[in-house]
Amino acid sequence: MTTRIVELRRGILKKNDELAAGLRQSYAAAGVLVLNLVSSPGAGKTAFLEWTLRELKARGSRVAALVGDLETDNDARRLAASGAPVRQINTHGICHLDAEMIGKHLDGWEGVALSGLDYLFIENVGNLVCPSSYDLGEKIRVALLSVTEGEDKPLKYPTMFNSADAAVITKMDIAEPCDFDLDLALKNINEIRPGIRIFETSAKTGAGMGEWLAYLAAERAGRNG
Amino acid sequence: MHELSIVTSIVETVTETLAGLPEPSRGARVLEVRLRVGALASVVPDSLTFCYDIAAEGTPLEGSRLVVNVLPVVVHCERCAEDATLDGVQSFRCPRCGELCGEIRQGRELEIESFEIDEDKVEERA
Repeated sequence: MTTRIVELRRGILKKNDELAAGLRQSYAAAGVLVLNLVSSPGAGKTAFLEWTLRELKARGSRVAALVGDLETDNDARRLAASGAPVRQINTHGICHLDAEMIGKHLDGWEGVALSGLDYLFIENVGNLVCPSSYDLGEKIRVALLSVTEGEDKPLKYPTMFNSADAAVITKMDIAEPCDFDLDLALKNINEIRPGIRIFETSAKTGAGMGEWLAYLAAERAGRNG
Repeated sequence: MHELSIVTSIVETVTETLAGLPEPSRGARVLEVRLRVGALASVVPDSLTFCYDIAAEGTPLEGSRLVVNVLPVVVHCERCAEDATLDGVQSFRCPRCGELCGEIRQGRELEIESFEIDEDKVEERA
C-alpha cells in the first residue's frame, strides 16, 4: 500500500462563500442595505417584516423582500400587501437559503433592480440551526426571538445568536401573560453575543419599532460604525 | 439537518481535487478525509459521519473514513490582551478574568484539512 496525504485546507462551503462575496459586492455597488432575518418557525418574522416594509414605504424608502419557505407563497402574499415587491423562494425541503438561491431570485426579478432599492430584506427559512452556516452576502444578520419561546433560546442555539449582528425580541405585547423574564433574556443574549444591539418590539402595538427604524436608517447611512 | 449537503460538498471537492492530481495519485482510492469543524459551525459530527457513507457511494471515496476534528472556540479578551479557549458555547466570557468577549478567533471553521489516498488502488479508467 502506497499511501499519501493530500493537504487541502479548503472551506467546505467555499462555493457559497464565494457567491456570497459576489453578492455583497453588488449590494454595496447598488447602495442597498441587505438584512437576513433568522429565527425559529413562528417567532414572528413575517409580522415584524410586514410592519417594517409598510412603515419604511410610508417614509418614502424603496424596499423589497425575498422570503424563504419550504413550501407555499403564503408569506409572500402577506408581505406584498405592504405594496413592496416581494418574491417567494420555495426551497422544497431544504432547511436554509443559500447564496445561489438569492442570486437566482435577484436575477430576473421583474421590475426590481438592486440599484433601485434602499433596503432588501431576506426572510430566511424558520430554523435556528442551518441558516447560520450560509452567508447570503447580507450586511446585517438579525436573529429574532419571541417571548413565547423562553428566555433560554440563545443558550440553546448559541451558534445562530453568536453569528447575529442584531437581535429582536418580538411579541412584547404578550410578554406578561407568558411570564417572560426580559432581563434574563437580555442577559442570555449578551452572554452568547456580547455587545449585540437588542430591540424589544411588538409588531402589533408598534412598541420598540421606532428605535428599530432609526437603527435601519443609521445603518443605511453607515453611521452605526 | 444540512449535513447531507455538507458531505455531498466534501465528496465533490475531494473527487475534483483527486482528478486534478498528477499520476499515480489521480484516480487513487481515498482512505480517509480529515475535517476541521469549529464548535460554532452548526454541524453535528455524528450526523456528518452518518451521511458520509451514503454520499461517498459510487465515488473514489467509497469505503473511506471521515475524521472530524472539533475545534473549541477561542476568543480574544480585551482586558487580558490575550486569546483564551472556551470550554463550551454557553457563555462567551474570558475563563481568566470573566470579561465578555465579542471577538471570535476560532470556532467557525468548516473545512477539509486533508485526505489520505492509496496510490496502489487506482480506479479502472476508460
